[in-house]
Amino acid sequence: MDRAASTPAVEWKKSSAELLILSLVETRPRHGYEISKLIEQRSSGAVRFHVASLYPLLYRLERRGWLHGRWVEKSRQRRRRYYRLTPQGRRVLASQLRGWREFVHGINRITRRITETENA
Amino acid sequence: MPEWKPEILRRLAPLKLAPAREAEIAEEVAHHLEDRYQELLSSGHTENASFRTTMEELQGEDLLARGLKPVERNLHRQPIALGKGGGNFLGGIGQDVRYAFRMLAKSPAFAAIAILTLAIGIGASTALFSVVNGVLLNPLPYPHASRLVALYGKAPGYDQTPIAYPNFLDWQRDTHSFSSIALYHNEDYNFTGTGEAERVSGYMISADFFETLGVKSVLGRMFRADDDQVGAAPVVILGGGFWERRFGSSPDIIGRSINLNGTSYAIVGVIPSSFRFYGQDRDVYTPIGQWNDPSFHDRRTVFSSGMVGRLKAGVTLSQAKADMEGIARNLASAYPEADKGIDATLVSMKEDIVGNVQPFLLVLLVAVGFLLLIACANVANLLLARSMGRSREFAIREALGASHRRVMRQLLTESVLLAGLGGALGLLFAFWGTKAVLGTLPGSLPRASEVSLDPRVLLFTLSVSLFAGILFGLAPALKTSRVNLQEVLKEGGRGSSGARHRLQGIFVAVEVAMALVLLVGAGLMIRSLAALWRVNPGFNPSHAITFDLSLPASSTASSAETRARLRHFDDKMHNIPGVQAVSVTLGSRPMIHNSSEPFWIEGQPKPANLQDMHQAMFYLAESGFEQAMGITLERGRFITPQDNEHSPVVIVIDDVFARTYFPHQNPIGKRINLAGFDVQAEIVGVVGHIKQWGLDADAKSALEAQFDYPFMQLPEKLMPLAADSVAVVLRTKGDPTAVMGSVRRAVEEIDPREVIYDVETMDEAVSNSFAARRLSMILLSVFAALALVLACVGIYGVISYLVGQRTHEIGVRVALGAQRRDILQLVLGHGAKMAFLGVTIGAAAALGLTRLMASQLFGVTAHDPLTFTGVAALLMLVAVAACYMPARRAMRVDPMVALRYE
Repeated sequence: MDRAASTPAVEWKKSSAELLILSLVETRPRHGYEISKLIEQRSSGAVRFHVASLYPLLYRLERRGWLHGRWVEKSRQRRRRYYRLTPQGRRVLASQLRGWREFVHGINRITRRITETENA
Repeated sequence: MPEWKPEILRRLAPLKLAPAREAEIAEEVAHHLEDRYQELLSSGHTENASFRTTMEELQGEDLLARGLKPVERNLHRQPIALGKGGGNFLGGIGQDVRYAFRMLAKSPAFAAIAILTLAIGIGASTALFSVVNGVLLNPLPYPHASRLVALYGKAPGYDQTPIAYPNFLDWQRDTHSFSSIALYHNEDYNFTGTGEAERVSGYMISADFFETLGVKSVLGRMFRADDDQVGAAPVVILGGGFWERRFGSSPDIIGRSINLNGTSYAIVGVIPSSFRFYGQDRDVYTPIGQWNDPSFHDRRTVFSSGMVGRLKAGVTLSQAKADMEGIARNLASAYPEADKGIDATLVSMKEDIVGNVQPFLLVLLVAVGFLLLIACANVANLLLARSMGRSREFAIREALGASHRRVMRQLLTESVLLAGLGGALGLLFAFWGTKAVLGTLPGSLPRASEVSLDPRVLLFTLSVSLFAGILFGLAPALKTSRVNLQEVLKEGGRGSSGARHRLQGIFVAVEVAMALVLLVGAGLMIRSLAALWRVNPGFNPSHAITFDLSLPASSTASSAETRARLRHFDDKMHNIPGVQAVSVTLGSRPMIHNSSEPFWIEGQPKPANLQDMHQAMFYLAESGFEQAMGITLERGRFITPQDNEHSPVVIVIDDVFARTYFPHQNPIGKRINLAGFDVQAEIVGVVGHIKQWGLDADAKSALEAQFDYPFMQLPEKLMPLAADSVAVVLRTKGDPTAVMGSVRRAVEEIDPREVIYDVETMDEAVSNSFAARRLSMILLSVFAALALVLACVGIYGVISYLVGQRTHEIGVRVALGAQRRDILQLVLGHGAKMAFLGVTIGAAAALGLTRLMASQLFGVTAHDPLTFTGVAALLMLVAVAACYMPARRAMRVDPMVALRYE
C-alpha cells in the first residue's frame, strides 16, 4: 500500500484489505484484476489496490491457507489465476466480519451521540 | 502491444526466486497490467497515455519486490544444488539428500553393488567391534567391577595355583588392601527328592562371596559368617535359573529344604538368574566353611579353588600385590613346611576372564579394518568411474553458477548416503553374523553371552559409516572439482583424463595390497592350525571319549565298597558292544584337568618341605588306561589288574620323567616316594609323554614329568575322594558318541542314582584347547575370502570400465593392424601391472604386520615364504582372471563399430 498517499482511504485499506479480498471471493473464485476492479467499483473509486500491493497480499493470504489460487485455462483466452476461499479462509472471514460489524456498530453509536450533542 | 514481462522480471530479480515461481508471478502480474492497459484503451485513452497509466500500477521501482519479499522468503528460493553457494545450510542438506536419493534410484545396479560392498565392510567391522566391545571394553557385569581382582597362590612351576583353606583365612584376615576376599570351589551335587534325580552344578563359597561381587539376593538372604563354619546347619542359596526351572520361581521357597548328596539343606536365599561368574551360572551355592574334611583344613593340602577380592577404593593393583606378597612371606616364615615359596599372584578379574583372547581380537580388528578399507576403495572406484560419466552434469551445473564446493558437497552427500544405507544393511549382517559365529562355535570366547549390539556398537557403526562415506567420497569429489569445465563440455561427455585412470589404478593396487595382507594372515593361521593338528598329543584322541560319573552320595562308603563298585562298573562297560577299552581315572586328564604330586627319589634326602620337592603330573589309571587313552608303552610294562590294593605299589612314568630324573639310567625298578599319597612306589614301565597343557603350550610348561598310578592302589585316606565322583575314559571301535546311550543305560542298571555328565570326546578336548585360535583362523579366513572377492570385483570393475573407455582407441589399434593377441596383452598387462604393484606393496606391509600375530602362530614363522609366495601367486592369478572377461570383450572390438561412435 502506498505510504505516501495519505488519503483517508489509506488507513482503511490497511486494516481492511484482507477482509475486502476475502469477502470478494466468498461467492465465487475471481482473478486478481477482477478483484482490484471490484474493489475500485464498489468503493466508487475511494479504495484502489495497485499491482505492487495487491499481489503480495494475495500471495500472503494464499500462504496462510485462506485462499487457494489455481491457473484456469478457458478456450480462446489467456490462462488466468483464480483465487477461491478455502474452508479456513471462510472461518477467518466470518470472524473478521463479526469483529468489523461490532466495530462499525460501536463507531456508529459514538458518532451518533456526537452528532446529537452538537445538534442539541 | 507493450511487453510487460521484462520490466516485471527486472523488478523481481533482487528476490532471487526460483525460476518457475518467478515466471508464474511475472505471468500473473503481466496479465493484470495487460487487462488494465486494454481497459484504458477501450475507454478512449491514447496508447501512450494508457501505457503510462498502466505503468503507474507498478508504482515505485522496488515496491513490488519489497511487498513480495516477506511473503516469498524461504518458500520459492532457487534450488541450492543447482545454484550458487550460500543459502540455507540445513535446507541445502535436505535438498542434497533428496537429490542423492534420486541419483541412486536412477542407477539401481550401481547403488546395489556399492551398498552391498559397504554392508560387507561395515557389517564385518561392526560384528567384530561388537565382540571387542562385549569382551574387552565393557566392564564386567558387577558394580564397580574394575575393583574386582582374581587372587592366586604362586608356587614354583605354577604362576596361578589355588591356596590351602587356612591360608585363605589368613589372607582374608590380614589384608589391608581388599575390603573383602572370597573363596569358591567347584562342587556338583546329586539333587534328589523332588522329581527326577539330577546332577546340579554348585559352588562352595565363603560367606562374603556375593557381597564381594556386589550381588544382591532376589529372595531371602546371603550367607552369614556363622553359616560358614564346621558344624553349622546346612544351608543353601539357589541360583536364579535353577529356582525358575525346578521351583517355578515360587516365592515361598525360603525355609524349605532340598536334598543334596543325601543331606538336607535349608534354602536361605535366591540370587538373580542373570548372575554369571566366569561366564557360568550355578544351580546351588553352599558355605565352604562347613566342609569338614580334615585335609581341607590342613595347610599342606591344596584343593582346587578360586579367589576373588574387591579392592578398597583408591587402592591400586600393585599396592594390593605388595600387600598380599607381604602376607605370603609372613605365612612362609610361620609355616615353612607348607608355605615356603608360596607367593601371591593378582590379576584383575576382567583380565583373568578375558585372558588370552585379547591379542586374537586385536589382530582380527586390524583385519576387519583392512576389509573395510578395501570395501571403501571399491566403492570409491565405482564412484570415480561414475563421476567421470557425470562430469558433464557437474560442468553444466558449474556453468550455471554452482561452486566447486557446492558440487563436492553434493557428491559427499551421495557417498555418505550410500555409506549410511550400507551401514544399515551392515548392521543387519553384523547382527546375524555375530549370532551365527558365536552360536556355531560356543566356548571359543569368554563373555560371549555379553556380546550385543549396544549403543556403543551402534555409535561405532554410525561413525564408521560416516567415516567411510567421507573417505570414499572424497577422492572422486576432489577429482571432480579439478575438472576443466570447458574441456568437458567441448568433449561432448566422453569423459577422460589419464590422471583419473591412474587414481583408479592406485585404488585397485591398494585393494590388492590389503587383500594380500589379509590372505597372508589367514594363510599363516591355517598353517598354524594344520601344524597343531599334526602335533602328536602323546595319546590317540580319535575314538576316545571321556565323562564324569557321579556315584550316589556315600561318605560312609568304605574303600572296599568303592573299589567293588568301580570294578563292577568296568565289567558293565566291557560288555557294551563297541567299547574296546575302559579305565576309571582321577587326577590329571589331558587338556581338561591338571593334578600334580610332590615326590622325592629313593636314596636322596627327603626335602624339608613340599615346595622343595620335585613335582609331577599324575594320572590315576586302571589297566585299560593305556589302550583307552592310546598312549604308547616304551619300556617295561603298564599297570595290570594285578596292581591292586593287595599288591606292592607301582607306577609307570613318562619319558620326560625318565629323562629328567634318571638321565642315562634305566628307571625300571627304581623307587620314588610320593609325598601327598604318603607311599613309596616302584617304577615298572615308561610310556610316551602326553601333551597335558595343550598341543602348543606343553613345551613351555615347567611341569612336564608325568606318571600313571594304579587307581586301585590309591591310599585309604584318599579313597573317599573317589567315593562320590570319578572320571572315565573309553575307547570305542566306531563313533564314540554312539555308545553313550548304552553307557547311560548300563550306569542306570547299576544304580539309577548314578549320573553321567561333562561328556566330551578327546577330539573335542584337543580342539577346544585351541578354540580361540581356531575361531581367529575361521574369522580371518572369512575376512580374507571377502577381501579377495572384493578386490576381484574392484579389478574387474576398473578393467571393464577402462576397456569401455578405450573402445575407440582399441578400434584404432585394430584398424592399424594390431592383432587380437596384442589387445589381450594390452588389457591383461594393465590389470597385471596394477595387481603386481598391489602384491608388492602388500607383501611389504604383510612382512611388518604379521609380526603382530607372531604369538598366535605355531610351527610357522611370521614370514613364512611358502605362505607369502602362495598367496601372492593366488592373488596375481585371480587378478588376471578378473581381467580376462573385459579383455575378451576388448578383443572382440570391431574397429568399424568403434570408430563409428565418433
